[in-house]
Amino acid sequence: MADVPIDIAYISRLARISLTGEESSRFSAQFARLFDFIRELQALDVSGVHATAQVIPLSNVMREDELKPCLTQDEALANAPAREGPFFKAPRILE
Amino acid sequence: MSAALETVIGLEVHVELSTKSKMFCGCLNEFGADPNTHVCPVCLGMPGTLPVINKRAVEFLCKAGFALECTVAPFSKFDRKNYFYPDMPKNYQISQYDMPLTTGGRVVLPSGKAIRLNRIHLEEDTGKNVHAGGHMTTSEATLIDYNRAGVPLMEIVSEPEIGSPDEAEQYLMVLRDVMLYIGVSDVKMHEGSLRCDANVSIRPLGTKELGTKTEIKNMNSFKSVVAALEHEISRQHACVASGERIVQETRGWDEVRGLTYSMRSKEQAHDYRYFPDPDLPPLSLDEATLASWRSELPELPAQRRERFITQYGIPQYDANVLTQSRFDADYFEAVASASGDPKQASNWLMGDVRKSLEAHGLTLSTSKMTPAALGELISMVKGGAITGRAAKEVCDVLVAAGGDPKAIVEQRGLAQVSDESAIVAIVDKVIAAQAESVAAYKGGKAKALDFIVGQVMRESRGRANVDVVKRLLMERLG
Repeated sequence: MADVPIDIAYISRLARISLTGEESSRFSAQFARLFDFIRELQALDVSGVHATAQVIPLSNVMREDELKPCLTQDEALANAPAREGPFFKAPRILE
Repeated sequence: MSAALETVIGLEVHVELSTKSKMFCGCLNEFGADPNTHVCPVCLGMPGTLPVINKRAVEFLCKAGFALECTVAPFSKFDRKNYFYPDMPKNYQISQYDMPLTTGGRVVLPSGKAIRLNRIHLEEDTGKNVHAGGHMTTSEATLIDYNRAGVPLMEIVSEPEIGSPDEAEQYLMVLRDVMLYIGVSDVKMHEGSLRCDANVSIRPLGTKELGTKTEIKNMNSFKSVVAALEHEISRQHACVASGERIVQETRGWDEVRGLTYSMRSKEQAHDYRYFPDPDLPPLSLDEATLASWRSELPELPAQRRERFITQYGIPQYDANVLTQSRFDADYFEAVASASGDPKQASNWLMGDVRKSLEAHGLTLSTSKMTPAALGELISMVKGGAITGRAAKEVCDVLVAAGGDPKAIVEQRGLAQVSDESAIVAIVDKVIAAQAESVAAYKGGKAKALDFIVGQVMRESRGRANVDVVKRLLMERLG
């Protein structure tokens, strides 16, 4: 298995996903294969190719600055896991 | 503080654009509404919704870019900035990472020093967190209002070329003035439509390499920017003096305690995992569109200031003050034209009008006085219809309640009196009443005459022709 230039524990913390030891090593192996693939891509000569962020050949899709109806406060909060008065309520921010 | 160290400041300024609707949806962009009433499935990040770029926001950013001599990129895209923080319901903020809408540009300070810009990019504002039960580190829960989430926001990033807190304030003032002139934002720091973070470091004077920087947040007014920067610079000087290492970190400004505090420790440093937003095709604006936006730009404050000095012959200081807002500058030009006397127009606006505005808690835009009325008042003084002193009273009435200066003069009986027989009576009365001053004057105290003239003017309620008053007094007092 090639070196994995990525810290699984760090990535899972950023993604807020807790992994078991078994999952960590399984994902490490999968990441390693991904990195192998990326190494292959990096070996290709792409000097004539534009960086592609979009595969659909569209650009400048814009709308006029016009108002559309909003949801009501109760509609907006209907799916909230928790609300307090007019606000969405979430656990406090810092761990 | 050691004299051998210099300060290096870079500012990241966020400016909310005053479009009607939000950046990627049609929700009303308005400050101060009831919480969570200006929201829709798009800005609440509900599954299956698609953002669409607000053309006006792109136009506003390009106009700001033109005004600051930036280059609009031929190709630009939007990226997702990923993080877990409830101020964005999507768990990411749509921003621009490596291909911002404009690059380069500069902000020229009143001193003439130019601060280069790195970039201006377009993004969406976040929602507002309210920390239940006090401070964010101690409260039980976070309450969120998403009305602000998705409001178009431009981030103006300077190069680290600002040399002092004072220069930082000037930089912000120039930016604010420009944004107001071109009408892309109301730039109110207290309402959060202008916000600013600062990167601060110090280094040995004359060296090129940047020192370790700290990022300062939570500065809510121009004054707090200056105070926070001053505090942080002296904190860094103290670190250096005591041999302590300056840690790269984010520090918050505590307005009440007047100090900066460490906000995030190293292990909490963010990794935003930017990637191109697959929902938003890139921007590639054509020359014709850009040219038409550029042609709509008004004269900018710096250009107007120079023109006021050369065209109207008013002092630099007056030109600076009069051009601070587009409304005031337009007002001055209207008064100059109505009175035919730009210098007097400037003197009145800088002097008595300003005093009256302050006394009544008004501004030129909230006062009922029209430029035509002030212009006429100036003409009346020049034509001898009223004295300068009576004009001050008329000016105050105009500022407070508006109206026609001629009618006010008539109503209050303020017309200038040049008729000698009317003035003689007052002069004699004052001479009789002010025997002490008269004696002092006769005894060689020249200044006493000014006092006596003042008393006559007061007695005449400012209406007496002062030249006639002086002549009559001289005749009588020898």
